[in-house]
Amino acid sequence: MTPALRHAVIDAAAAALVAALLALPLLGFRLADSAQGLQLVTRLTWVPIAAGLVFAGRLGLLLAAPLWGRLLRQAPQGDLSVRGTNRRALLIGGALALGALILPLTPFGDRNLLDKATLLLIYVMLGWGLNIVVGLAGLLDLGYVAFYAVGAYSYALLAQHFGLSFWLCLPFAGLLAASFGILLGFPVLRLRGDYLAIVTLGFGEIIRVILLNWASLTGGPNGISGVPRPSFFGLPFVAHTPGNGSFHEVFGLAFSPNHRVTFLYYVILCLALLTNLFSLRIRRLPIGRAWEALREDEIACRSLGINPTTTKLSAFALGAMFAGLAGSFFATRQGFISPESFSFLESAVILAIVVLGGMGSQTGVVLAALLLVGLPEWFRDLQQYRMLAFGCAMVLIMLWRPRGLLAGRQPTIRLGADG
Amino acid sequence: MNYFLQQVINGVTLGAIYGLIAIGYTMVYGIIGMINFAHGDIMMIGAFISLIAFLLMAALGVTFLPLALLLVLLCSLVFTAIYGWAVERIAYRRLRGSFRLAPLISAIGMSIVLQNAVQLAQGARVKPLQPVIQGGIELSQRGADFPVTLGTLQIIIILLTIFLMAVFTLLIQRTSLGRAQRAAEQDMGMAALLGINVDRVISTTFVIGAALAGVAGLMVTLYYGVVDFYIGFVAGIKAFTAAVLGGIGSLPGAMLGGLLIGLIEALWSGYGSIEYKDVAVFAILVLVLLVRPSGLLGKPEIEKV
Repeated sequence: MTPALRHAVIDAAAAALVAALLALPLLGFRLADSAQGLQLVTRLTWVPIAAGLVFAGRLGLLLAAPLWGRLLRQAPQGDLSVRGTNRRALLIGGALALGALILPLTPFGDRNLLDKATLLLIYVMLGWGLNIVVGLAGLLDLGYVAFYAVGAYSYALLAQHFGLSFWLCLPFAGLLAASFGILLGFPVLRLRGDYLAIVTLGFGEIIRVILLNWASLTGGPNGISGVPRPSFFGLPFVAHTPGNGSFHEVFGLAFSPNHRVTFLYYVILCLALLTNLFSLRIRRLPIGRAWEALREDEIACRSLGINPTTTKLSAFALGAMFAGLAGSFFATRQGFISPESFSFLESAVILAIVVLGGMGSQTGVVLAALLLVGLPEWFRDLQQYRMLAFGCAMVLIMLWRPRGLLAGRQPTIRLGADG
Repeated sequence: MNYFLQQVINGVTLGAIYGLIAIGYTMVYGIIGMINFAHGDIMMIGAFISLIAFLLMAALGVTFLPLALLLVLLCSLVFTAIYGWAVERIAYRRLRGSFRLAPLISAIGMSIVLQNAVQLAQGARVKPLQPVIQGGIELSQRGADFPVTLGTLQIIIILLTIFLMAVFTLLIQRTSLGRAQRAAEQDMGMAALLGINVDRVISTTFVIGAALAGVAGLMVTLYYGVVDFYIGFVAGIKAFTAAVLGGIGSLPGAMLGGLLIGLIEALWSGYGSIEYKDVAVFAILVLVLLVRPSGLLGKPEIEKV
């Protein structure tokens, strides 16, 4: 036995021992409901199985380590790699955008796929929106989903009580979410990093609790159903309307339910691309530069005359606005909303998309959304294990690339001749 | 008046539990500056382990209650501590010194993993436990409009918390482990240069925090009588709020914060509406942070260039 092998075996045995201890209480026994109350069912055979699996896995991982070495090594960091990463990111981003544009026209673009792609794009848009807050301004927001909820409920309520159309409500929902952002941000943005995180987390919970309990307005846990579907600028997607005014009649097409799916897909694609374009452009404006400067060094910013509170507030409000827009799209797509859709888990998923993508990288957000939202959607059959796999993926990607999938951070300004 | 007294008793009991969980948050934050999101779920695992241990005691025929309680306590403490150690080893150690948000995301992932693993292993339904400790002391005079009782279980919870906190404070202030921990908290690099095994200190921190959370899990099982895989999240958020309220990184602050959160929750449920008790907790957190941005007992941070 070579020393390396012996070392690996000992290490794997230790891991197996820990695994056995971990598995003993929770896998070895099962609490089962029965007529006499709770019963304890023993299944101690599971413990050695779990330990054996961990032993084999750990041993395999350690023995394969030399082969893996290059793959597992952290992403190169530093200025040299930046430019290459950028060009690659731009290329991937362009290809993805083009692919997204022509997707409904390709033979793969059936209804099922478009539905999934629409969901994915909602998360991409939310990721880009949160990227303004977390990636550019460096504010850790754990309650982003609250603004998403505000957007969704404001559209649903406006449409139900005042009969306003989706296109009228959309800017209004954005504005409302932005004002919630200002309302929350004004008192708390003076707080430093992690305090801000817990307050935003609390705010997200408050919004959810209010939505859950203010039954007369929000319908409580039952939510709001029958949220109006969007129309093609006033032309509804229905088989028959009184005045021959539905989409397929005006355009002389045969009625197909796919029209609406395709339309929804293009709406969210436009909204998402708008978010992307907005954040790409605003990085070059003074306000965007101020965000990034503030993220790097608050004291230096203050001494240069940047007002940290208003600068942070603008990032917070703009991020909230995009969440609000995405929220009202979500409401019109689902036709039904309830507080369940706006739990902390959603905030965590969106934040994970931003961080896993590589903070501040727009293409990274798309890749991370594909990985975190797209893949589990494909494996819906494995319902039970879906969330478990999702959590594992979050941990493993972070261990593999702590700075995110596309980590090269682009300097906003390049000084010198080669810029 | 009697009603108020009863709510205060309930609040202090609740606060003791929150305080025990909050210590785990505040210690970890103090040393490595990360929010250990999985800590609430560690508490949930402690609750499950103690429930299983109770049933095991019944199956083994340990009927003498104090002995059974002690054994359950030990089980919960030891196994939860192992979980705490394993979580740190798997998900956080490699990310030490990495970029600030990486451990946070890893912790959120770990929290999702723990919740779903328990759900898969033990089922999603709420698990009830028959009341184990009953009875109490009647505090009000005879004929009072509202009877005030101090339950035996409440006495045990409060006394056990005081005992654990005393032991823990001694541990931090008097032992070499505590010294190493405080040194690592102030300056990890310097501590390592002076011969402190920082990795081991951090592991120990997680183990202690998890053990305390395991005890809190046992208390939750006994106090509420029901356990499910989701209890860790809300309790974790409240305990973290308690840690922030008291000033994160400060141990007396965590205890004070826990007590305050428990009292606010109990009084708000007693006089206001029970649905909005979480809103009250967070609203008070925001108010306190506005006046004292570093919490009640936290040291104000001096920013230097």
